Amino acid sequence: MRKLLRILAALVLVGGVGFWLAAGANTGWTKNRVPKKFVDDVTGIEVERFEDKFVPGVDFLGGTAVGAVALAGLSFVFRGKKKELKT
Amino acid sequence: MKKLIGSLFVIALASSALAAPQVFDFKDPKGVNNAKFATDAVLESINGTATDISGTVTFDAANPPATKGKIIVGTASLNVPNSMMKQHLQSPTWLDAQKYPEISFDVKELKNVKTTGDETSADASGTFSLHGVSKEMTVPVKLTYLKGKLSQRVPGKMGDLLVIRAKFELKRSDFKINAGQYTDKVSDEIELSLAIAGMSATP
Repeated sequence: MRKLLRILAALVLVGGVGFWLAAGANTGWTKNRVPKKFVDDVTGIEVERFEDKFVPGVDFLGGTAVGAVALAGLSFVFRGKKKELKT
Repeated sequence: MKKLIGSLFVIALASSALAAPQVFDFKDPKGVNNAKFATDAVLESINGTATDISGTVTFDAANPPATKGKIIVGTASLNVPNSMMKQHLQSPTWLDAQKYPEISFDVKELKNVKTTGDETSADASGTFSLHGVSKEMTVPVKLTYLKGKLSQRVPGKMGDLLVIRAKFELKRSDFKINAGQYTDKVSDEIELSLAIAGMSATP
């Protein structure tokens, strides 16, 4: 169980950081809508229209780290098998 | 002689009609007109856009200083990248979109007008109203008069376009929007930029 939780903690951390990096390493807060630029040909006016898209931010990264630490910490609750001392 | 006088009268009438001030309607059928806002605080920088823009501006290409009008932005159309943040922004704690559904700038006069070709730059003076507070402000504006370009934008309609661009700052504390509070997340200075096109259709 200890090992399983520690592997899970490592997976959560690596997966979270990987997802954050893959989504553009946004150093702001998490966004669930992103602006997309559009230019009007005649007037030259540029407008940003929002589209639904999840972009993880530093709060997501922090949450992932907290989750990984919690799982790793939980692993210490379970004791490993004591090795018998051979004399 | 009568024919000559008649012709001169028609020419004079036509030229006076051409020189007459035109009313430009800023309700954009293409939904491109927009106002951007940005705050840059210690903990957070927020950028947003508003697209529900309406109002009219009276503009005379032969006399730009006489420009007058009112531009209105629907408070409910203010958008930010996070939907929860948008709810907060429009809640009674911040802009109170239900109680104050409009943000407006009522332009009374243009000062320091400089016209080069189709472009006019000036300082627009008028009353800016936000969050139930009205304040006299002067902001730099750039107007571009696009004669006969309406049909390119709205097929089937003949007329002219007037593009207005403005960029300026205001203080939210001046408009009683959480003055002195949450300054670590929302700066007191709010940067606003406006890019809008109005149309004057020929009947």
